[in-house]
Amino acid sequence: MTMNKTIGTHSGSPLIALRGVGKTFASGTVALKGFNFDVRAGEFVSLLGPSGCGKSTALRIIAGLSEPSEGTVEWTSSRAPVNDESRIGFVFQEPTLMPWTSVFNNVLLPLKLKGIPIEKARARVVAALDRVGLKEFGRSYPRELSGGMRMRVSIARALVTEPTLLLMDEPFAALDEITRFKLNNDLLQVWQALSTTVVFVTHSVFESVYLSSRIMVMAARPGRVFTELKIDAPYPRDQDFRTSAEYAAFCRRTSEALAQAMAAQDTAAGGAA
Amino acid sequence: MTNAPAAHSRDRTLRIVLPIVVLALGLSLWALVVWIGNIPPYVLPSPELILQTLVSDWGLLFQSLLVTLATTVEGFLLAAVGGVGLAVLFNQSRLVEYSLYPYAVILQVTPIVAIAPLLLIYLPQPLAVLACAWIVAFFPVLANTTLGLHSVDRNLADLFALYGATRGQILWNLKLPAALPYILGGLRIAGGLSLIGAVVAEIAAGSAGAGSGLAYRIAESGYRLNIPRMFAALLLLSVAGIVIFYLLSAINYLALRRWHESALDQER
Repeated sequence: MTMNKTIGTHSGSPLIALRGVGKTFASGTVALKGFNFDVRAGEFVSLLGPSGCGKSTALRIIAGLSEPSEGTVEWTSSRAPVNDESRIGFVFQEPTLMPWTSVFNNVLLPLKLKGIPIEKARARVVAALDRVGLKEFGRSYPRELSGGMRMRVSIARALVTEPTLLLMDEPFAALDEITRFKLNNDLLQVWQALSTTVVFVTHSVFESVYLSSRIMVMAARPGRVFTELKIDAPYPRDQDFRTSAEYAAFCRRTSEALAQAMAAQDTAAGGAA
Repeated sequence: MTNAPAAHSRDRTLRIVLPIVVLALGLSLWALVVWIGNIPPYVLPSPELILQTLVSDWGLLFQSLLVTLATTVEGFLLAAVGGVGLAVLFNQSRLVEYSLYPYAVILQVTPIVAIAPLLLIYLPQPLAVLACAWIVAFFPVLANTTLGLHSVDRNLADLFALYGATRGQILWNLKLPAALPYILGGLRIAGGLSLIGAVVAEIAAGSAGAGSGLAYRIAESGYRLNIPRMFAALLLLSVAGIVIFYLLSAINYLALRRWHESALDQER
């Protein structure tokens, strides 16, 4: 069995590099300190850690929604022109849809904001909705959909610009387990079909192992990378993988790493007190 | 679980029937008191006489109703445009907000009854009445719209920033739609207040003569001890207020029914 073969074709070449990134909020809270992180093209990488470890902050810094207090964020791939807003798709913890308009218009939004005329955008919106299995729901309003379907719309909206990098901030945390498993599978499919790059923030060990080719385990106070784990099980992954001994072993290792990360932060906090 | 639709429809029937029963009881009691006490019409007219007066004076009263309604609608429209416009301006420029907001508040907290006589000195009478209707009606629109423009979902605002939206795009595609429920709430209040402003100004202008609105009719009938006509004019004013309120409620419902909590069916 060849490992990693099915990970995107550009896997390995760096896409974005964070060097010594720190973020201190006006309140004095140090969310991130000395954060080093490379995202390689085509990979599915998770930021895993307890709340307060700065994983969401890191994601916002990559997206350019938040400025780092120190350090640098560099796009290293020539495939990602710096001024092209289509390079990033962002999926929030909540579906974050505009309740006052239809599913179609919600997915259309990124293209509309970029001034793409509706005749040209229509086919792309329909394709994005199709990709998440919601082709028939363009006319519905967000309120009329279930939580899982709303999250699908949110993912379709992030995909409609065909982003180089898809950033996801605990997108499935609020969903029930059955829906979450289904969306995990669909997300992996979309990722492979589009050979895009995903940075996925989560606090679930099981979810991060199932999805990722690489996991950055983070510790809090101050937020930093504690250790890095490679999940070199082949894709496509499915229900068989979820119930395999291999998956269980990866989960055990990841849980141990996370436990060590939390022990380290408790010691650090104890030492400071 | 037993017959939920039936219970629902019975509830709706009660909501319509009960107020009518109360009205009928009240009117009967009123008529009874007038009849038993043999009270003369210039002290307290019977409901029947008020209705007769409404029919016999219909030409005059309807003409006056149109005058008052015209002022109310004009004042309301100016308040809607002015309130929303000023709120948008405040939202776009902090300097303008800091400079003007205190004066908007002053205009609001000073009782309109006290301002009306002054306005009547400086402005021609129809314009003064319109100004009063506008002053009382515009502040709720301004305050509500301001609140609405500030109540944008933070993540949605981030999303717009991520896609490099311009200020105009953010205002038109995000802030104004998010503020719509608040704006409509403000307009619903403004409709009623606009009528009140118009009436207050007409009463204040009453002695100045030229007025012919409903409130002026009430004042005039008072001087002439034509109490039945006072009641008839008052009845028309109430009906006008109710119609305005329900008209704006209907617009509110039609605009929000597909997405906003306030306009959704309560049943789940």
